Amino acid sequence: MDSSSEGAAGVPVDGSAAVPTPPARPVLEAPDIARVLTRIAHEIVERAKGADDVVLLGVPTRGVHLAQRLAAKLQEITGHPVPVGSLDITMYRDDLRMRPARALARTEIPGDGIEGRLVVLVDDVLFSGRTIRAALDALGDIGRPRAVQLAVLVDRGHRELPIRADYVGKNLPTSLRETVRVRLTEEDGRDGVLLGQRATAPTAEQ
Amino acid sequence: MKRHLISAADLSRDDAVLILDTAEEMGRVADRPIKKLPTLRGRTVVNLFFEDSTRTRISFEAAAKRLSADVINFSAKGSSVSKGESLKDTALTLEAMGADAVVIRHHDSGAPHRLATSGWIGGSVVNAGDGTHEHPTQALLDAFTLRRRLGDGPGTDLAGRRVTIVGDILHSRVARSNVHLLSTLGAEVTLVAPPTLVPVRTEQWPCEVSYDLDAQLAKSDAVMMLRVQRERMNAAYFPTEREYARRYGLNGQRMARMPEHSVVMHPGPMNRGMEITAEVADSPRCTAVEQVTNGVSIRMAVLYLLLSGAEPAVTDTSENPAAAPAAAPGPATRTEENA
Amino acid sequence: MSQHKTLIRGAKVLGDRAQDVLIDGATIAEVGQGLDAAGATVVEADGQILLPGLVDLHTHLREPGREDSETVLTGTRAAAVGGFTAVHAMANTFPVADTAGVVEQVWRLGAEAGYCDVQPVGAVTVGLEGKQLAELGAMHESAAGVTVFSDDGKCVHDAVIMRRALEYVKAFDGVVAQHAQEPRLTEGAQMNEGVVSAELGLGGWPAVAEESIIARDVLLAAHVGSRVHICHLSTAGSVEIVRWAKSKGWNVTAEVTPHHLLLTDDLVRSYDPVYKVNPPLRTEADVAALREALADGTIDCVATDHAPHPHEDKDCEWGAAAMGMVGLETALSVVQNTMVDSGLITWNQVAERMSFRPAEIGRLAGQGRPIAAGEPANLTLLDSAYRGQVDPVHFASRSRNTPYRGRDLPGRVTHTFLRGRATVMDGNLT
Repeated sequence: MDSSSEGAAGVPVDGSAAVPTPPARPVLEAPDIARVLTRIAHEIVERAKGADDVVLLGVPTRGVHLAQRLAAKLQEITGHPVPVGSLDITMYRDDLRMRPARALARTEIPGDGIEGRLVVLVDDVLFSGRTIRAALDALGDIGRPRAVQLAVLVDRGHRELPIRADYVGKNLPTSLRETVRVRLTEEDGRDGVLLGQRATAPTAEQ
Repeated sequence: MKRHLISAADLSRDDAVLILDTAEEMGRVADRPIKKLPTLRGRTVVNLFFEDSTRTRISFEAAAKRLSADVINFSAKGSSVSKGESLKDTALTLEAMGADAVVIRHHDSGAPHRLATSGWIGGSVVNAGDGTHEHPTQALLDAFTLRRRLGDGPGTDLAGRRVTIVGDILHSRVARSNVHLLSTLGAEVTLVAPPTLVPVRTEQWPCEVSYDLDAQLAKSDAVMMLRVQRERMNAAYFPTEREYARRYGLNGQRMARMPEHSVVMHPGPMNRGMEITAEVADSPRCTAVEQVTNGVSIRMAVLYLLLSGAEPAVTDTSENPAAAPAAAPGPATRTEENA
Repeated sequence: MSQHKTLIRGAKVLGDRAQDVLIDGATIAEVGQGLDAAGATVVEADGQILLPGLVDLHTHLREPGREDSETVLTGTRAAAVGGFTAVHAMANTFPVADTAGVVEQVWRLGAEAGYCDVQPVGAVTVGLEGKQLAELGAMHESAAGVTVFSDDGKCVHDAVIMRRALEYVKAFDGVVAQHAQEPRLTEGAQMNEGVVSAELGLGGWPAVAEESIIARDVLLAAHVGSRVHICHLSTAGSVEIVRWAKSKGWNVTAEVTPHHLLLTDDLVRSYDPVYKVNPPLRTEADVAALREALADGTIDCVATDHAPHPHEDKDCEWGAAAMGMVGLETALSVVQNTMVDSGLITWNQVAERMSFRPAEIGRLAGQGRPIAAGEPANLTLLDSAYRGQVDPVHFASRSRNTPYRGRDLPGRVTHTFLRGRATVMDGNLT
């Protein structure tokens, strides 16, 4: 997810506070990302018994790219194409009124829909869990999947809801003073996950 | 975006494109089994109509309901209270009821502007048509329809497109809003009407004016026909219906002279036989029905963009003590931070 | 000696050199240097401008009928604050001032109030309906002694009725003051027809609706040899017609309001009904032409068209709002701002245009007289150096519908004398 549940997760929504002062430290490089995605793809095939009815839905923006990469890997493994799409959760957020209105991202449900399928939600970072809560609500308005699973590149902890990921690329224990940034080639020109420091401590404004 | 939508002239190109892009996404909700979004849950939208307009009212009502807002319809028409008192007193009543947005249709030009600036209410004001002034959501849905029909996708404007607006420009709020919006989006607008129905001093408007419909047809990407009320004839704006239809009506012959890709638009309701023949109205080139559908998407987009933004008064910090108290709305750009 | 004396010391009489003016009772006793203050109340003018008491040819006092917006008492108090010693009360009251009874009532209310002479204007036609002549002669012969007749608020649009009225009042040297507004051309009109009206979608009020009536009426006046007065002239075209009529030697006079000398229709973009007025605010070019015409004498005088309205009639949407602005308490400031400070006219000419000429047009005895020994002591003392913001909270008028709220305007009337008695002293009503 992007800036998504940042405000709800207990950090100032003031954009300036998101600028880290010390240089960010890379925790995953491009090859690491490729490797964990391959592992997740294999886990999906294993858990879903061949992934015949899997539908991958990425949460914009970077979750969509991750979903597409996963889909490619699943096809390599299984030999058949896996439907992939996107699920914008903006309209289901619980912090809409805490920030300026934002532009919507695309929701693209693959042709055969999600009815009776195994939907794997894909996001870049799992933090408060509010984004996933919103995604589950959004999904419910679109159809009734057989089951829903969650794949994330990074789980940084600090959950505020009873939500956990089924597939995790890397568990990254963090403090609230730290920032986690995911960079993907499709969006940012290169791959990487960076750990940085907030310019302002989250509680400094209290 | 600003807090109110009073005039299409208040919208920048980027504002307008954002609304159109948002409407694209809103439009997709209509294709889902559950045509409803929870976005405006707990918020109240009042449709305040001082003038009959079932079409516009139900369009706003459907838009607000699809966003889960509570909708109150307030028809003030026929009220015995003097007009002036009724707008102010009604506004104070709505304010007391906690209206988050007031969608107003009024017979007086400027009434929405007054409502937004008088201090009578604190919510957002959306102009749903005022007198002979403006009807900005109609212009937005027209631009939206045009962008879709002419094959331009999200993020684009209408640069270089030629739109001809034909009919009672003088009394048309649709024309005024469209001149502002379409020119902001880069389109070249030409108004066509008998001289009696062209407002004075239009040479200062960002458009061309012509009295000759036939001269415009071949170069138009879209021809927008405005409703012409038969009563105008009695005020000597034109001699007879027949003469109007002959000189300024769109019939099959005229439509045949338009480029193949071009469309015929009409804000409705249509006066068949007057400004448009049945043949044209029912042809696949006529977008009238699509415009109605698109109206709901546009109004959803407008309500979403006006109402979903930061409101310090409702910031809930109870769930997490670390949330900034009544946080000042940050910059509209997304932060790059992953959370 | 029982009569009260006042010595105004060091006032610039008509803006010229500083002199002392001694008032004895209701009359100016002496004008000169170093006058003896013995037994007199002394007003230190200290270089302020001394003008003859201002005369307004066009005031709406609203009584009888609309006492919620103004009464003769509150209106004349406002007049005194503005430096006026005489006002002409327009006839569009309820009932209409179209009979001797109503004009006498208004006249008597003015005399009782005592702040300012109230000269009623009689309606030209019964009920302002433009159909049947009112009893003009009876109104003239009444105690009110009406000489100015007007259907103001409405135009005497029927050419025959206008002709007859012009002819009829010749018998007693009356004058018809025309509200020039062709009714058919202004149906549904809300503001000046032009760029702004087209953009705002408000019904246009074309200049030609005013000009065509003025053209007709100056021709009619010439034809029947009567005098005609044009109320609140507002367009450059109207100026041209009046200039032409005067060049012919015809007996045509005209007035302009302060607001038409200062404000333009651009202000309507706010849709604030405080700018809604009849005739409407026009364009920059019109304002320039009106100023020039007032300076060169084409326009004879400034008249306020003081039109009070209760708050609720302006606190609403434009279309529902009443037309008109209050003006008595700001008129002199606006004239100083637009005409004197800009160098177009002198204070001497202000006296001409705001006192001598209007009194002459209205045939008002004892008003609009020179500041000289033996003349009635109707005087206005103006602190022209004063600068301040208009705050309607302090208005003496019952209504607050001023377009100048919060605007910086120069000049302030410090004293007004009505036949020797101060109605305003140190800026306050007495």
